[in-house]
Amino acid sequence: MAYFSGSRDTCPSVKNILLLDSEGKRVAVKYYSDDWPTNSSKLAFEKSVFTKTLKTNARTEAEIAMFENNIVIYKFVQDLHFFVTGGDDENELILAAVLQGFFDAVALLLRNNVDKREALENLDLILLCLDEIVDGGMILETDATSIAAKVAAHSADSGAPLSEQTITQALAIAREHLTRSLLN
Amino acid sequence: MAQPLVKKDDDHDDEAEYSPFLGIEKGAVLQEARVFNDPQLDPRRCSQVITKLLYLLNQGETFTKIEATEVFFAVTKLFQSRDLGLRRMVYLMIKELSPSSDEVIIVTSSLMKDMNSKTDMYRANAIRVLCRITDGTLLTQIERYLKQAIVDKNPVVASAALVSGIHLLQSNPEIVKRWSNEVQEAMQSRAALVQFHALALLHQIRQNDRLAVSKLVTSLTRGTVRSPLAQCLLIRYTCQVIRESAGNTQTGERPFYDYLESCLRHKAEMVIFEAARAITELNGVTSRELTPAITVLQLFLSSSKPVLRFAAVRTLNKVAMMHPMAVTNCNIDMESLISDQNRSIATLAITTLLKTGNESSVDRLMKQITNFMSDIADEFKIVVVEAIRSLCLKFPLKYRSLMNFLSNILREEGGFEYKKAIVDSIVILIRDIPDAKESGLLHLCEFIEDCEFTYLSTQILHFLGIEGPKTSDPSKYIRYIYNRVHLENATVRASAVSTLAKFGAMVDSLKPRIFVLLRRCLFDSDDEVRDRATLYLNTLGADGAMDETNEDASEFLFGSLDVPLESSDEPFDISSVPREVKVQPLAEKKAPSKKPAGLGAPPSGPTATVDAYEKLLSSIPEFSSFGNLFKSSAPVELTEAETEYAVNVVKHIFDQHVVFQYNCTNTIPEQLLENVTVLVDSSEAEEFAEVASKPLQSLPYDSPGQTFVAFEKPQGVPAVGKFSNILKFIVKEVDTSTGEAEDDGVEDEYRLEDLEVVAADYMQKVGVSNFRNAWENMNPDSERVDEYGLGPRENLSEAVNAVINLLGMQPCEGTEVVPSNSRSHTCLLSGVFIGNVRVLVRLSFGIDGEKEVAMKLARAPAAQQVNSGKLREFGGKTVAAREELRPDKRDKKRKRAGVREGAREKSRETALEVKFAWKKRKGRGRSDGICEELFMGMNREVACNLAFLTINEKGKARMEGWCDGDGLLLLGERRWRGEEEEEGKGSTLAFTEKDGWIEERMRWKGKMDGSSWMYGDEEVEEQHRVEKDGLGCRFDEVVPVIEGPIGEGKGDLGSPDFRVSSN
Repeated sequence: MAYFSGSRDTCPSVKNILLLDSEGKRVAVKYYSDDWPTNSSKLAFEKSVFTKTLKTNARTEAEIAMFENNIVIYKFVQDLHFFVTGGDDENELILAAVLQGFFDAVALLLRNNVDKREALENLDLILLCLDEIVDGGMILETDATSIAAKVAAHSADSGAPLSEQTITQALAIAREHLTRSLLN
Repeated sequence: MAQPLVKKDDDHDDEAEYSPFLGIEKGAVLQEARVFNDPQLDPRRCSQVITKLLYLLNQGETFTKIEATEVFFAVTKLFQSRDLGLRRMVYLMIKELSPSSDEVIIVTSSLMKDMNSKTDMYRANAIRVLCRITDGTLLTQIERYLKQAIVDKNPVVASAALVSGIHLLQSNPEIVKRWSNEVQEAMQSRAALVQFHALALLHQIRQNDRLAVSKLVTSLTRGTVRSPLAQCLLIRYTCQVIRESAGNTQTGERPFYDYLESCLRHKAEMVIFEAARAITELNGVTSRELTPAITVLQLFLSSSKPVLRFAAVRTLNKVAMMHPMAVTNCNIDMESLISDQNRSIATLAITTLLKTGNESSVDRLMKQITNFMSDIADEFKIVVVEAIRSLCLKFPLKYRSLMNFLSNILREEGGFEYKKAIVDSIVILIRDIPDAKESGLLHLCEFIEDCEFTYLSTQILHFLGIEGPKTSDPSKYIRYIYNRVHLENATVRASAVSTLAKFGAMVDSLKPRIFVLLRRCLFDSDDEVRDRATLYLNTLGADGAMDETNEDASEFLFGSLDVPLESSDEPFDISSVPREVKVQPLAEKKAPSKKPAGLGAPPSGPTATVDAYEKLLSSIPEFSSFGNLFKSSAPVELTEAETEYAVNVVKHIFDQHVVFQYNCTNTIPEQLLENVTVLVDSSEAEEFAEVASKPLQSLPYDSPGQTFVAFEKPQGVPAVGKFSNILKFIVKEVDTSTGEAEDDGVEDEYRLEDLEVVAADYMQKVGVSNFRNAWENMNPDSERVDEYGLGPRENLSEAVNAVINLLGMQPCEGTEVVPSNSRSHTCLLSGVFIGNVRVLVRLSFGIDGEKEVAMKLARAPAAQQVNSGKLREFGGKTVAAREELRPDKRDKKRKRAGVREGAREKSRETALEVKFAWKKRKGRGRSDGICEELFMGMNREVACNLAFLTINEKGKARMEGWCDGDGLLLLGERRWRGEEEEEGKGSTLAFTEKDGWIEERMRWKGKMDGSSWMYGDEEVEEQHRVEKDGLGCRFDEVVPVIEGPIGEGKGDLGSPDFRVSSN
């Protein structure tokens, strides 16, 4: 798996994206870097990140912390904990944009019922969502509406012509997104 | 059986704890995967099974090789289904399984079909999957489709192809590099992210070509980049270009700074931050450049978003290390962050404040820090400790509260590194702040009472032995030290015994008590402890057996002994141990330990080097009578890089003398050089007479040494001249395995490049703060005005730089930077001429349509002493030099050490040819990136290897390249020209590009002999490889492929020839 070192001259890169539950167990995780070669090292990282961030209040705004020369940006909702990790040289705001994109896209896909149960029941959507945000560490898309549109495209009836379907779907989602942001 | 996967439309009345994956089991799911083989596929059910498989993988479950293969083959069957959703899951599954290369073949055709599908989603995903699992061989088959996809009108497809390209570049660079044109087209895309991905890929393709990157940055910073991410990338690349172009911009405007500054006003926060961070990290950033960046970061400090606050405070913290004053404006915002809920932000705020804080805020800060020390990790604690140490050195009066803080945290829990940082800090404070000594030593004593680290205990005991006896009441430390003898391990006990002995030696009143304690140690279980006790008892004269004087004893205890540790046949003789080295190690010991203390201190500037030179020279008796050093030049290389002996020279100018300091390095491990001198021929420098020289006794491998030659010159006169140098030495062979040199050496010599003393050497670069004021305060009578024609120039900037270098003066107020395309420019210079005459110069330049540059030089020396004749000489030099400025510059690059006389002659001819070419270039438009004509002065000692080609010679010479400045890249074929047209008839020279190298193939008639050559009848064919870098051709490696009958000089080809580079 290709991965870019986080040096200043290269592209912004993401080392991993984690979605954990309120006990620190995996809902969906995706690693893009070789920093954690084994499953146990991954689990250890998740555990330390989870316990160290557990007490903080990251429900309204994304929070940030440093772990072993990595920057972790995180946000919680209900019983779900979202994390995005990058190298310590990375622009924090780019990582925050990735997290926000993931977070909002999940909210759109789960129609705002963002909790562990919904997430597990729609795990296919979550996994596709991860797939559309980052590819091998490289940021593909950070706009939640576009991400959700790409993921949701397939879950609608396969009978309709695809191009139309995508647009309708995207519009519907965009409308929903807009109303929500207006109401908030 | 596993639970059925329930979709969201029918699940709402289930219990809350219910998980669709409860009790899921790998074996069962693999059984379920058989539905993939059903003739009638149920897309929904298949999707559910894939999701379960992915869930298992995600939880860390692994499939055996056989399981993975089975699942993979089953999944490939699903390509039959036309269900879009199922296809997406299939793509995901294939990526997760990362099949082996023989398995990949199964899906290749299906994926290739999808890559050409009308459905955008299929195309985009199939590209990503295929590129993820493919290997090099397959890539050539699909390359065509990928190129198409890059310029696909659907942004998702284009992005997928571009991102895949970025990944593939790591494994198959040569293929991806061919996509340059498509990627460039994608750069123009209206879709923001396509632009971002295209920029990333384009930069990676070109990253080794500095000029191409510079060009890319130049064009993009002017245009509009839509995506904030792309903008961030561009900022990073811009910084890279700035870093690499550093060196010619000491003062004044920095290239691209305006762009970075404009990004601070971008609407996206990530761009603003990226730009601010980039500015703070510029090399040698000035406070004026910093200010706008600090201002936006300060705004971020009070943001409601923790991520923004963190980013800002982290960057400011880094700035505070180098420029604490620049950050002081943010102190108030920073103080409110100490109570930030986010501990990382609070820590960074504290350490920043410690660096920028003032004396009055120290107590308040310490209180706040104590509250949160226990919450943070060790590595942060070390940062805090180091910050406190430098703060304490900055405000010695505050040592009490800082020392208390250090002792408090010393008692808390902590790892070795953390404790060591604290102990080191206390030791440094004791050393540098006399008032802090007593309390600091007591804190250390308390610490070793309960210290788990042997290393730290012994270090502290050693330190106590040196400092303790000098305090007002040494006896109070004895208890702590003797406790160690009871309670600790053998290493610490031995160390404690030594410390006790030091107290005994230094404090007479304590001696009897020390003897009692030492005698008790004679019964220790460890022999080292017993030995030490016995030794010290004897040395200090406890039993009266050996009545040495006190002085001897303390010298023995405190001095360092240079005793050979390995056993030898001869009996050990104490008198053979040298004692004179004693002073040196002590001095050395102090130096490194002081280094971390100076953390906040500014790095030593150029004045320090001048001081160092002055010290060095005055320490040499031959030169001590020369008086004050006026100026030392920067080192001038007299050899090319990577030659056997590297020599550079520093010109030291005194009132009546000039001293050349030759810094020599021997790069051959098999040689030892002795009696190294430089034979200087000053026949071309009439006003100079050699008065002294100082040879270098021995020059071993890789340890630089200096030899000096001094000349006398008329007092106060800026005499100029040219000196030729020959390095003379006795060379001895060294056996590298033993490092021993043979006894007899051979005398040898090595020709160095010529050295010139020029008028600029007599000019000190001294700036003035207000040029206009200084100018007006000058005596108007002393002002002189002259006008010069400088001949044709490429642009004004080049002319200005040339004249500045010639005069060796300090440009003021950033006037050395010429705005591009301007027709006239005024440059202000200031300096101090030998004899302490302040000189101000106002240069006015103008350029006409023919690129002829005219210069008006007005100068005002502070006093009348500088006679006009001298100044005329000065100006005259300018005019004379203008002819050779260009060629000279190129010529120098090409010359190498060891070039024989004949070759040197040839280089001069080459220089003339360059000038010729230069003149001819006048007035031709070379503006838009494609060169109309190019020249190339590449010297193979083939004096006229100057191609002057136009693109009109179609078929003969096709050229590509960049034409900024001198960066010339030539591809194609050239013909012999000028004088050589007759002689070199039938010779050909062709350039081709391959894998980032330029290959030069040359066929001519003649004969090679070492580095010399002559025309003849025999056919010679040579091939050279030249690495293509951004600045045109740099002939870094020469690979001669010589066919046909030639002389013996084969191996010698590499040394004196190709080196064309420009900067």
